[in-house]
Amino acid sequence: MARMKFLCDADRCIDCNACVTACKNENEVPWGINRRRVVTINDGKPGERSVSMACMHCTDAPCAAVCPVECIFQTDDGIVLHSKDLCIGCGYCFYACPFGAPQYPRVGNFGSRGKMDKCTYCAGGGGPEAPGSPAEFAKYGSDRFGEGKLPMCAEMCSTKSLLAGDGEVIAKIYEDRVSQRGYGSGAWGWLTAYNEDV
Amino acid sequence: MTTILARIRLVLLASVLLALAGAIPSVAQQLGPDGAPNPTASVPNQRTLLQEVPRIEGRIDIPDEKAAVLIQPMGRVWEYFHEVTLHWVGAVVILGTIAALAVAYLIIGRVRISAGRSGRKVSRFTPFERFAHWLTAVSFVILGLTGLNITFGKIVLLPVMAADAFSDFSQAMKYIHNFTSFAFVVGLVLIGVIWLKDNLPSKVDVEWLKQGGGFIKSKHAPAGRFNAGEKLVFWFALGAGVAVVVSGYLLLFPFYATNIAGMQVAQVVHAVIAVLFIAIILGHIYIGTLGMEGAFEAMATGEVDLNWAKEHHDLWLAEQLAKAQREGSPEKPSPTPAE
Repeated sequence: MARMKFLCDADRCIDCNACVTACKNENEVPWGINRRRVVTINDGKPGERSVSMACMHCTDAPCAAVCPVECIFQTDDGIVLHSKDLCIGCGYCFYACPFGAPQYPRVGNFGSRGKMDKCTYCAGGGGPEAPGSPAEFAKYGSDRFGEGKLPMCAEMCSTKSLLAGDGEVIAKIYEDRVSQRGYGSGAWGWLTAYNEDV
Repeated sequence: MTTILARIRLVLLASVLLALAGAIPSVAQQLGPDGAPNPTASVPNQRTLLQEVPRIEGRIDIPDEKAAVLIQPMGRVWEYFHEVTLHWVGAVVILGTIAALAVAYLIIGRVRISAGRSGRKVSRFTPFERFAHWLTAVSFVILGLTGLNITFGKIVLLPVMAADAFSDFSQAMKYIHNFTSFAFVVGLVLIGVIWLKDNLPSKVDVEWLKQGGGFIKSKHAPAGRFNAGEKLVFWFALGAGVAVVVSGYLLLFPFYATNIAGMQVAQVVHAVIAVLFIAIILGHIYIGTLGMEGAFEAMATGEVDLNWAKEHHDLWLAEQLAKAQREGSPEKPSPTPAE
């Protein structure tokens, strides 16, 4: 079975934030929630690189391990999903996540958090709602994956920097690029997420 | 003479400049082997960066500073602490304490008032002191149980509960934990203020510790209003209380005052101190109830038996009786003023 992954080719990313916008539009994410973001390293210096980052759908996902109500799980395709019906908004998944993926709407007292929201790989949610149903869309966003499509962010990427799909396939695409152009700054996050590098 | 000095100065200046030039990293564009500009020469490499810094950070376009952290592998370290270290340490320390107390009860048993009850009562704690104690005590027990649920609930309760029922329960526990914290802070401050004076170390504490406290039945170690054991519990509770309160409010107001590393440290401090706190308080509860005859009534009614006071707090009792005599009411000595 295919193991879904993201790969951002930082040597192609131009910090246009189209992936961020595509994600927000496709999933109708509320204000203040950023399932995907672009971080620029060495901004304004030689060797500046931008990396688009969201949930990496880690192997042995740390968020799922630390969740006190065990509401996060991994599908057979390697996609990490969660149930907003079970989430209690404790914020522990954010401390464990190496990529700052979990997001929380600010509700209630103090800095307390509402139900966690994060990238679903455009694969619907981990709750009891029927796949592709309006109820699921309202809670988790699009279920493109169920329609056989890849996440909107990667599909929209203007420079084909952000790759989504079977981990082996996108790793091969990136390897070919690196050998053809002669350089590459690495598959950002892969070492931490999948314990492997390209 | 002046020329020699000038030359030395010149040499010194030149060497300083040379050292500076060596220290400044080259920021000029580097060239590839064929002489063409190398587009990747100064590009940060993920592996190198991760070896150099604990977190890879950059600039972010959205108004969310914590989103500027791109990769923080420490998340996995924190996960290991939370899922392995904390589970083992917490279980061993808390269950170990309960086991140790059970053994103590089986071997030593309940420490009786050896002279029996006299029937005469001595005031030990004012109503205000008891209020401060019970405010702290009740909020501590609530905080302890609701806190343990976050760490151990999924191991102990989730297997025997429906997933959504456990989620609703944990959500309620979370809110109770957050709000009860304020009562605990008030109790902690009150306790710290009203009992500080009586808990300052004194010479008699050394003697009390040498004699093994009240645990050797044949002996009654000398003590003032609080014995050395109680003083240790007081200072531990005050120190640990401040630590859990500070780390707890950092967690309650996430990212207001600290970054991701600070949040992880705050959680570790909160959890470790809380586990030790629970263990110490289990011992405190044991001695105050099962472990010693005549001790619980001090906090329940505010009065203790004269013989209990004689055996456990002889110096304090003498003081109280002397004071009562001066005030002309030998029957019922008044308690120590709270201030």
